[in-house]
Amino acid sequence: MGTAWLSMVLGGVICFSLATVYDPWHQNRTPTTSHDPSMMEVILGESRRLFANHFYVKADVYFHSGLYPSIFDEAASEEDHHLEHTAADDGLRDARHEHDEHDAEHGFPGKAPDDWIYRFGTHFKPSRHLHLDKPSEARELLPWLELAAELDPHRIETYTVAAYWLRSRLQKNDEAVAFLREGWRVNPDSYEILFELGLVYWQGKGDAFRARNVWELALRKWRLRNPTGGEDRYNEKILLHLAKLEEEAEHWDQSLQYYQELKASSPHPEVIQKLIDEIQARRQRKILN
Amino acid sequence: MEGSRLLKDRATEGLSHMHSVGAIAVVVIKELYRRKDFYVLFVLTALITLLMASMSFFNDRQVVRYLKEICLLLIWISSLVIAMVTSARQIPAERESRTIFPLLAKPVTRGQVLLGKFFGCWAATGLALVVFYLFFGVIALSRETEWMLAGYFQAWWLHWWMLGVVIAMVLWGSLVFAAPSSNVTILLVIVVGILLLGRHLGKVAARLSEPMQTIVYVVYYGMPHLEFFDVRDLLTHQWGAIPWWACGLATVYALIYTALFLTGAWWSFQRTNLGER
Repeated sequence: MGTAWLSMVLGGVICFSLATVYDPWHQNRTPTTSHDPSMMEVILGESRRLFANHFYVKADVYFHSGLYPSIFDEAASEEDHHLEHTAADDGLRDARHEHDEHDAEHGFPGKAPDDWIYRFGTHFKPSRHLHLDKPSEARELLPWLELAAELDPHRIETYTVAAYWLRSRLQKNDEAVAFLREGWRVNPDSYEILFELGLVYWQGKGDAFRARNVWELALRKWRLRNPTGGEDRYNEKILLHLAKLEEEAEHWDQSLQYYQELKASSPHPEVIQKLIDEIQARRQRKILN
Repeated sequence: MEGSRLLKDRATEGLSHMHSVGAIAVVVIKELYRRKDFYVLFVLTALITLLMASMSFFNDRQVVRYLKEICLLLIWISSLVIAMVTSARQIPAERESRTIFPLLAKPVTRGQVLLGKFFGCWAATGLALVVFYLFFGVIALSRETEWMLAGYFQAWWLHWWMLGVVIAMVLWGSLVFAAPSSNVTILLVIVVGILLLGRHLGKVAARLSEPMQTIVYVVYYGMPHLEFFDVRDLLTHQWGAIPWWACGLATVYALIYTALFLTGAWWSFQRTNLGER
């Protein structure tokens, strides 16, 4: 009995001694990560991405005033989030029009069964498709977006969507810049965040100089990531905004150069050619005056 | 003359029955406020809500909907726990301590005991709900300019009736299942399942093939749709009050299911050998 106990104690001592040697060796061997994990990362691990996605969708639910298709509804797929459309396509397409088309296409909020229980239940749930239309109501989305960014800092849309609402509805440009810079720090290669940052500088703060710098950097990053051309067409957005910015500053040559680049990659070169013709006409008028 | 005396006797008897039921209910209410369940859950709800309220998102102190949603979720969890735990232990505790025998010897019928227990639990949870909803109102009012009094009243009313159905279910469960713990666990799973999936079961059934479709439809039409009484989304997103007729119909719906479950409980109680454990 005594020998057994002593053997167990000896085994414990050997294990402890080996651990004191192995742990520092393992620490030196494994490359250290570039950032210290946050409390959330330590507690939730990779599951935090699931929660981040849930909170991002929650913001979309709030945007629709509580009416949202459930997993049981034949509803839009994840990439069809309306919020994303509205934010990402700002300035290029009419988001509202697209939203309506999308509703018709997907039967939002889902095909309702024709039974009395379901029909009666609609009195106790949001049943009309509304949006947060009042500018001040947009603030209701923000807690969920901030929480989503906290849980998954590599989800780019969280930053761009939050910045869109902060800039366009709440006029909180400083907060938008701070949030986007935080996103940029964690995602240094993201041209999407830089594009949105440029929008805040140009449209929100009227700072064309910074907007130009940020968009030029965004374009370089897009080209680095998409050497053979990309599918997200972000380069078109960046080029269009750069061209408009230069046009506003009456830097005609620079503006035309961006429009020419845009024409080369655009699916509607004839539309861009019209813009080029307008710019050239305006330049002529300026020279004549 | 004979008829009016008979009527008078019936009325006296009815009043006596009501008195017995009321006396048992009062004991249950007193029991709830002597126990710590309500206080602990209320303090927890208040603490978490105030903690969330202290958070600032993008330097904006006017954000309110997330706070309302979290507060209402905590109120729903707390009220379900209070209602189920309180009602699940009523009859088993009386049997365990053998106080059911002197109670039935008063004379009080088993039906009166059951009704007394039900009304006691229901009134006690109703009182607890009033405190919870007052707290919710104060929190909402601290950030909102518009106070939807009718909406808040309807939310409380429907929530209370939903708890009535749940209490009746749990009372019946306490006569069917062996222990209060198993009763609470099984019924909690059922109640949460109904709240989460109840309204979608029809859609699920429509996509199934026979005979599963018929089975799921039977469950869908037969189960109590407790989700009717959950109007948290309407309060959170400021949709305003529900039509009063819908609120009234939901009340009748709850009343029917409560009566059904209480009848089931009475039927089980009549067949229970109280001396057997």
